[in-house]
Amino acid sequence: MAIPARRRIADVAAFAFATAATMFGLFWLTWILWTTLAQGAAALTPALFTQMTPPPGASGGLLNAFYGSAVMILLGVLIGAPVGIAAGTYLAEHGRYTRIASIVSFVNDILLSAPSIIIGLFVYELVVRRAGHFSGLAGAIALAIILLPIVTRTTEEALRLVPDQMREAGFALGLPRWRVTRQILYKAAMSAILTGVLLGVARIAGETAPLLFTALNNQFWSSNLNAPLANLPVVIFQYAMSPYDEWHVLAWAGAFVLTAFVLLLNISVRLLARRGKSR
Amino acid sequence: MNDTAEAIRMTPVRSTVQPPAPEAAAIDIRDLDFFYGKGHALKHVTMAVPANSVTAIIGPSGCGKSTLLRTINRIYEMYPDQHATGEILIDRRNVLDRRYPLSDLRRLVGMVFQKPTPFPSSIRSNVAFALTYYERLSRSEMDDRVEDALRQAALWDEVKDKLNHSALSLSGGQQQRLCIARTIAVRPEILLLDEATSALDPISTAKIEELIHELRERFSIVIVTHNMQQAARVSQNTAFFHLGELIEFGSTSDIFTNPRQQRTKDYITGRYG
Repeated sequence: MAIPARRRIADVAAFAFATAATMFGLFWLTWILWTTLAQGAAALTPALFTQMTPPPGASGGLLNAFYGSAVMILLGVLIGAPVGIAAGTYLAEHGRYTRIASIVSFVNDILLSAPSIIIGLFVYELVVRRAGHFSGLAGAIALAIILLPIVTRTTEEALRLVPDQMREAGFALGLPRWRVTRQILYKAAMSAILTGVLLGVARIAGETAPLLFTALNNQFWSSNLNAPLANLPVVIFQYAMSPYDEWHVLAWAGAFVLTAFVLLLNISVRLLARRGKSR
Repeated sequence: MNDTAEAIRMTPVRSTVQPPAPEAAAIDIRDLDFFYGKGHALKHVTMAVPANSVTAIIGPSGCGKSTLLRTINRIYEMYPDQHATGEILIDRRNVLDRRYPLSDLRRLVGMVFQKPTPFPSSIRSNVAFALTYYERLSRSEMDDRVEDALRQAALWDEVKDKLNHSALSLSGGQQQRLCIARTIAVRPEILLLDEATSALDPISTAKIEELIHELRERFSIVIVTHNMQQAARVSQNTAFFHLGELIEFGSTSDIFTNPRQQRTKDYITGRYG
């Protein structure tokens, strides 16, 4: 049976449009990666990872910024992920049919789309003003608050994807809810929950606005969480806005590393999700 | 013997339903009604499920047969819009009473579902899973219990060399026998099988039917099935449900060869369902 011409045209058009849209998306990503690589190439040396951010006119690296970012992201995840997983578990399991859960879920959606600068200001008021100074800890708290709704939402979705039959099977053995959740549902939803956490990390890795109000920046090596802490996004921001060429190159190199990190993170998320599915 | 038969004939219960002999009943269901929200899924069901035998529940889709099973272990309580009224007596206690602890009930009444539901962990931990919750066992005692349960479920020979493999690597039929093993590991008295073979191929089905036959000596078994040949093959008693009502309950041979109700007759001869 011949396919009517109209359908064939529609098929070709849809295919062409979808391909073009993909290309369009890929185009920008490649351009960004390429530009940051080309512009930052001069600074992509071992020194980038071994030396501190330099004063104008001197050479240096971004070690303190990498370190500060890593510490704050790690701390943000350590604070935000457990709370998010617990909240997501509440929404999907314990509070499942309750009104309060649907309200919490709605509020979580608002938090999810809240501008990060607002969260920065909030933590500024809450922590920085009270302490009287900027600090890495405040930065980590801001990042945790940004991560929280992402992990909450993905955990809830991940648990909802576990079929009810699994819960029934657990309950039919007489096991209490917490045990069914911890030993059956978490295992079944593990890769999806981890995916959510990694996506959250990818999101907070590039956050600049909240850190401007909380961790600020530090020209020097510091591992004191109770003091201003260097971090990649703010360093990129400062160096890119500066009039010094050495700083520009460092900013490009930092931007390249950050973009590549987020890209790698997303690729590992995909691999993880695929592994979860094939199991 | 004759007296009992006489008594049965004389008892003025709803004539079609075989009167319960409560002392021999594993599950004594009295005037049970069940609701999905406003939907009335079971209507005034009264029946006594005999101990240490297989009772089959048959009937067309939507007749309430699965609902009946889900009421016996109160699994329906997971869903807030479902509720039951009436009594279900097991060992002379009403298990529908909210004060009856769920974990006690579900330890007493095991359930196996239509789709195999292995937990995403090893074969051993699937079986050990509920055991570790109920009992404090040493490593070797646990191994014995796991082996015992797998043997009873006729799965041991197939999995003894790969107890640490993922349960998800088993075939559908093996997974279902694993679910049976994990259910009988906690030593229940009653086993509920909710269309436990309908997702399986004929060979796996035959294995499970054989298994049901063996398990009958140790457990009181209630199976829900769509497959009338299966009911005829594995059960001693059969109950026919239609539109939420128990139409007829009697020995399997009577139900299939000499049904007293027209509706039962129509169903088993394939006129509807």
